[in-house]
Amino acid sequence: MTPTRADICVVACADAFAEDGEILVNPIGNIPTIGGRLAKATTCPAAVLTDGEAMFVDGIHPVGAPIGTDSTEAWNPYRRMFHMLWSGKRHVMMGATQVDQMGNQNIACIGDWEQPRAQLLGFRGAPGNTINHRTSYWVPNHNPKAFVQHVSVVTGIGYDRAAALGTGGRFHDIHRVVSNLCVCDFETPDHRMRLRSLHPGVALDDVVAATGFELVIDQDVATTRLPTDEELAWIERIDPSGLRSAEVPQ
Amino acid sequence: MIDKRVSEDEIIGELADGMVIGVGGWGSRRKPMSLIRAIARSSLKDLTIVSYGGPDVGLLCAAGKVRKVVSGFVSLDSIPLEPFYRQARQNGTIQAAEWDEGMLLLGLQAAGWRVPFLPTRAGLGSDIPRLMPDLQTVTSPYDDGETLLAVPALDLDVALIHMNRADQGGNGQYLGPDPYFDDLFAMAATTCFMTCERLVPTEELAAAARPETIIINRLMTTGVLEVGRGAHFTTCAPDYARDEAFQRVYNAASKSDASWQAFKDRYVDAPTQADYLRAVDELAASSAADSASNGTRPEGAAK
Repeated sequence: MTPTRADICVVACADAFAEDGEILVNPIGNIPTIGGRLAKATTCPAAVLTDGEAMFVDGIHPVGAPIGTDSTEAWNPYRRMFHMLWSGKRHVMMGATQVDQMGNQNIACIGDWEQPRAQLLGFRGAPGNTINHRTSYWVPNHNPKAFVQHVSVVTGIGYDRAAALGTGGRFHDIHRVVSNLCVCDFETPDHRMRLRSLHPGVALDDVVAATGFELVIDQDVATTRLPTDEELAWIERIDPSGLRSAEVPQ
Repeated sequence: MIDKRVSEDEIIGELADGMVIGVGGWGSRRKPMSLIRAIARSSLKDLTIVSYGGPDVGLLCAAGKVRKVVSGFVSLDSIPLEPFYRQARQNGTIQAAEWDEGMLLLGLQAAGWRVPFLPTRAGLGSDIPRLMPDLQTVTSPYDDGETLLAVPALDLDVALIHMNRADQGGNGQYLGPDPYFDDLFAMAATTCFMTCERLVPTEELAAAARPETIIINRLMTTGVLEVGRGAHFTTCAPDYARDEAFQRVYNAASKSDASWQAFKDRYVDAPTQADYLRAVDELAASSAADSASNGTRPEGAAK
């Protein structure tokens, strides 16, 4: 079995959760969700996952299908989700319509706030997530309109905003940005976004051209690892209908 | 048992222009849609809607009833962006206070507890304080001295909620997976009207499910009204799932003024719930007939 780009993205998402241990691993979107379930199946068995509604569920389930109550391990309706995230025991991977060099995210709107050119999702949980616990982002289409110099609206806060809060920003932790081209992190002295690894087959110039700000690029850039055979087998079980390939075409 | 049963007309008669109205449910889930359509048909205007928003917010925006929306998001869940809220925002016809989802919980809780605010870290550092400058911070009086966001109490004039079951005294029960924030909406409001799928004798509530599902007690409610399929097309599990096919029809109605007008004439302006359900069921039947003649299976017929 030859891994596809989508498989590589799934494993990159799973690796973002690998060291989480016993916390709520809460990916949003298809590829992050497949990645979260893969992490629980392999590197992070203690992870707690949700059914996308009000239950914590045990076991490894196919994506896109309802999960039966026989897998329920606890009840977590929305109000308790806020209690959990305010307590910090959560790692969320959200989407980002725009993200900047310091990790500021926008999912609210594009253009002027009073009368936006494009109304998007709103702030949703992004402000509370980013100030309370580890957050990662998934961007399925890496391009200069997504990786921008300045976001229209700051929904999820980046390292500069968190630093300006002093002790109030002490739980802030943007961990990874995974895209269809590469994996980025903020492991630099001033927390500017760094290219962590290029997906196999992606040229450095492609990522530079698709990024609207200057990425920190080390002398030797790593290549995102390929899935193992065991991981590929899990991915097939978790995503038998191939939702991942619809999100990231080959 | 005290009798709080009211008619839809009596509920609408208690509402007034400019009121702050909270709506229970979440996204496209367990929304009191029959009451929302009744407001859309009324002469009410300049309303402020507080909601974990779904088609309740969208429909009222489309009907021109809304001055301001206070929300954490407005979404149809399976269709991420609510089309009519989106139009209203992009046309600049409404004011928006878009809060962090958790801030909304705290604002409702503060109102219910009769305190002016509740503190949180959520929202700090984001553009919420910049774009909504009426929000203030507060400094901890203890040794830590931390600065927190003071989420103001969301005092509601009226709350509208839909439950699976209720009794005539105004006790209400949810039977689905999530209570959402309906009890907090009820307690944040001066007046709360509750619709329900079925009005039952009180003893049937605790007999139907564990007593902690009775999250609404009659101290929270002003009036109760039985409306079967009252949350349609949003989900009201376990009584019924979201009507995804109809939600797509609603979404498509946003394409033009003409398509909205046609949707409004047929569904929103249906004078009674029975008229509305007849129109909904006719649409489903004609879609099923179309699918049958095309040799495809109608949606939802798989099981």
